[in-house]
Parts: sequence; structure tokens; C-alpha cells
Amino acid sequence: MFFIRFLRQTGQAAFGFLASLGRIAFFTGSAIRWTIQPPYYGKQLSRQILDIGYYSLPVVGLTTLFSGMVLALQSYTGFARFSAEDTVATVVVLSVTRELGPVLAGLMVAGRIGASMAAEIGTMRVTDQIDALDTLSTRPMQYLVAPRLLAGTICLPFLVLIGDIIGVFGGYIVGVYRLGFNPALYLSRTLEFLEFSDVMLGLIKAAVFGFLIALMGCYHGYHSGRGAEGVGLATTNAVVSSSIFILIANYLVTALFFGV
Amino acid sequence: MAQNAKISIKNLAKSFSGKTVLTDVTVDVAPQESLVIIGTSGCGKSVTLKCLLGLITPDSGDILIDGVNVVGQSRAERETMLHRFGMTFQFGALFDSLPIWENITFRLRQKQTMKKAEARAIAADIVGQLGLGAHVIDQYPAELSGGMQKRVALARAIADKPEILLFDEPTSGLDPITGGVIDNLITDSVKRLGATAITISHDMASVRRIADKVAMIHQGRVLWSGPVSEMDNSGIEEVDQFVHGKPVGPLTTAINKDALAAQAQKVG
Repeated sequence: MFFIRFLRQTGQAAFGFLASLGRIAFFTGSAIRWTIQPPYYGKQLSRQILDIGYYSLPVVGLTTLFSGMVLALQSYTGFARFSAEDTVATVVVLSVTRELGPVLAGLMVAGRIGASMAAEIGTMRVTDQIDALDTLSTRPMQYLVAPRLLAGTICLPFLVLIGDIIGVFGGYIVGVYRLGFNPALYLSRTLEFLEFSDVMLGLIKAAVFGFLIALMGCYHGYHSGRGAEGVGLATTNAVVSSSIFILIANYLVTALFFGV
Repeated sequence: MAQNAKISIKNLAKSFSGKTVLTDVTVDVAPQESLVIIGTSGCGKSVTLKCLLGLITPDSGDILIDGVNVVGQSRAERETMLHRFGMTFQFGALFDSLPIWENITFRLRQKQTMKKAEARAIAADIVGQLGLGAHVIDQYPAELSGGMQKRVALARAIADKPEILLFDEPTSGLDPITGGVIDNLITDSVKRLGATAITISHDMASVRRIADKVAMIHQGRVLWSGPVSEMDNSGIEEVDQFVHGKPVGPLTTAINKDALAAQAQKVG
């Protein structure tokens, strides 16, 4: 009896998971289609760019600044054990541009923007605003989802680029003012081993993360349940799922980029 | 279909996850007629309206508008059809992020390029017709009272001069005086546009003010329909109970039976 119940519950969970993946895949296809197809809602797009790109700057800036600072301290104390302190600048710049910048910015934006998108669209769902859009001959996917997807994909690379600079600057502050590195030497070490592909990898990741954050925010908001509880759940699911997708995509993009 | 019916709903059926909401809804609305659909909560009034708008696809049945079946239309055909409709939702469904003038002229600005000043002038004119001051157009929905939001929702519905107007609970949550004002505005707007209207309402005072014809849905089908003047003498117990708001009668017995059945299913 217990075994059958266990099998039934496991099967239900597995089918539920597969059904969710199917719904997300369908939503993604539909969202991409309506993002490409006119009409384009420029005002909506600029509002989203402002919200995602501009208003997320302080959060991303602070996160990357302190991450760069901590990284400089950690790598200095670690590398001092085998007299490799002069690699601190290189470690900071490579870690920030390749990994920490995009991943931390992605997770912070997922918390800020993913949640707000899910809450806004979810509220529109429960108050019939999405149905109202439809009856006013406007496709909700084009009006609500497409601008957010586009803005997320465009803004995240810019945010990460700025975050990279701030993160490296954080490492520089700690390296020069706390650990006593020569400023010119620290900067030359920073640039010496940095390649264009390192920055590009981070920016590609950022674009993918931006797309995923907006997609999950819109998906969960669009399919929000009724009432305040439904919107709350949609918000939580948006943040959790986009964070998980960011970490999975981070591995996949890295593996793809290095061809291993 | 009755001759010259503007809207003809025939044998409409819809179930959700095994729960049957509509079994066989059939009703006609003549051009420029105002039909009010009444019925107990959860009887399928809103589902009927959503089927009419194509927001929900019925399991079976037809919806003919000017003789053309709109069930199963393509997205493009449906969009063309929707241009003929104006709709107000139960809680207004005004777009929170847009000021009132943008809410009112939303569809007009989707259809054609329109200068901001022109759109604002149109919005100010319409709110004026509905008894609101022109200053309202620069406010946001959250800044307005419930009655004002209902007026703005009505303004948005009539801005594009539709042929068919749909109202979902237009007076719910309003005091009787404001409800009466909204009813008058609805009646005036429908007459001025020469539109055909379908309204969902529980408010019998409102039904008497705005209806030419009344249809009562019960257990997924139209139990009675006829002119509003005959509503009090339908000779059907359920209609009589609903119209006079009697706490005891066949409707309450049915509701209690449904509740008991649901409880038994849960326990079982």
C-alpha cells in the first residue's frame, strides 16, 4: 500500500514537473514570436529599460563593489600561503568578469525585477486587466511580455558591464589602500591577462540571464492564481525559478563557451 | 435564431476540470435591445459573457453575431470582431499604470496614430458626458473612488463607439444612489450609440432600470427569458425567489444540495 502510494505521488510529481516544463516552453515560444512580430510598444519598452537598467544600478553596483573587495581580500590571504600575492589583481578581474559579475547581478535583478514583474502582471491577471487588454484588441503577450523580455535581454549586459568595472574597482581599493599594492602595478596586472573573450563570456551570460529573469517573471505573473495568495505565490515562484535557471544556464553557457 | 437577432447564443456548453458550468444556454438579443442576465453566484453568467468575447472557448454551441458564428474564429477574425465590442468589468479593470486619459483612449490609440492633445480632448469630452470633471483625466485609477472608476470604465468602453456593449456587474460595490447614476449613464450611452447591450447583474433595482429583456440562468441553462415587465409574473418559482430575494425557496435548496454534495465528495 505504502509502495503504491509512493509510486503514485512520485509519478504525479514527475508528470507535474514535465507539464510545467511544457507550459514554460510553449510560453517561451509564444513570447519570442510576439516579440519579433509588430506592432512594437516603444513606450512600454522604454519604461522597462528604465526600470530594469537604471533603477537596478545601485543594487548591482553595491553587490559587485563588495564582491570585488571581498575577492581581493580572500585571494590575497589564500595566495599568500604560496607567495602568489601578485596574482590578486588577475584573479579579481577574471572572477568578476567571467562569473561573479553576471551571476550576482543576475540573482540581484531576479530578486528585484523578477518579483516586481510577477507581482505586476499577476495583479493585472487577478483584476481582469489582462482580459481587458484582450477585449481592447491588444495582445497581452505583445503589450506586457515582449517589452519586458526585450528590456531584460538588452539591459542585463549593460548592468553587468558597469558591475564588472565597479567590482574591479572594489578589488583595486582593497588591493591598493588595504593590502599596499602599487596602483600602477595593480592596474597593469588587471589588464595583462584580461582578454576580450572573458568580458564577452560575461556579457553573453548576462543577456541569457536577463531573458530568463523576464521570462520567469512574466510566466508566473501571467499564470498567477486568484487573490493575494495567488499573486504572492507567483512572485515567490518567479524569484526561485529564475534563480535556479540562472545557475543552470551559467553552467551550460560556460561549458558551451569553452567547448568542454 | 430569432429573425434579425443581433446576438444569438445557441446551446452553449462549458465545463472546467469536470465541473459543468453551462449545459445549454440559448438566448437571443435583438438589435439595440438591452438584455440583463441574472442568476445566483457561480451559475455561469460571467462564463457566458467570456465565451461571447472569445476569452473562453465553449465546449459546444454557437454564438452568432449578425448571423456570423464567432466560436472557433481565428485570432485575426476575433480581433476584428472585438472592435465592435465595448466591455466593462466587475471591478473596472482599469490599467493602474496609465492615467485616465490613456485608459479611455487606449483602443483609439492602438487603432490609429493620435496626438496626445487630441486624445486628451477626446477623453475630457467623454468624461464630461459621464458627469466627471476634465481634471480627472490626469489622475490615475487608484486615485478615484469606486463610482468614479465605474464611470471611467464606462468611458473606456464607449470611447470607440461600439455596436455591442457588455457590462459585468456595473453597480456592484456601489451605494444605491451612485448605482442609480451609473445605470442612467449606461442607459443613456446605450441609447446614444444605438448599441445592443448585455449586462450581468444581481442588483434587481438596476435590472429594472436598464433591462428591456431579462434572462435567468440556473443549473447551466436559461430557465426563463422575457421582457422585464413580465419578470414579476414569470410563474417560475426560482425566478420569483431570485427577483424578490426570498431567503427560502428552490434556489436555496439547490445551493444547499450542491454544498452538501461537495462536502460529501471531499469527505469521501
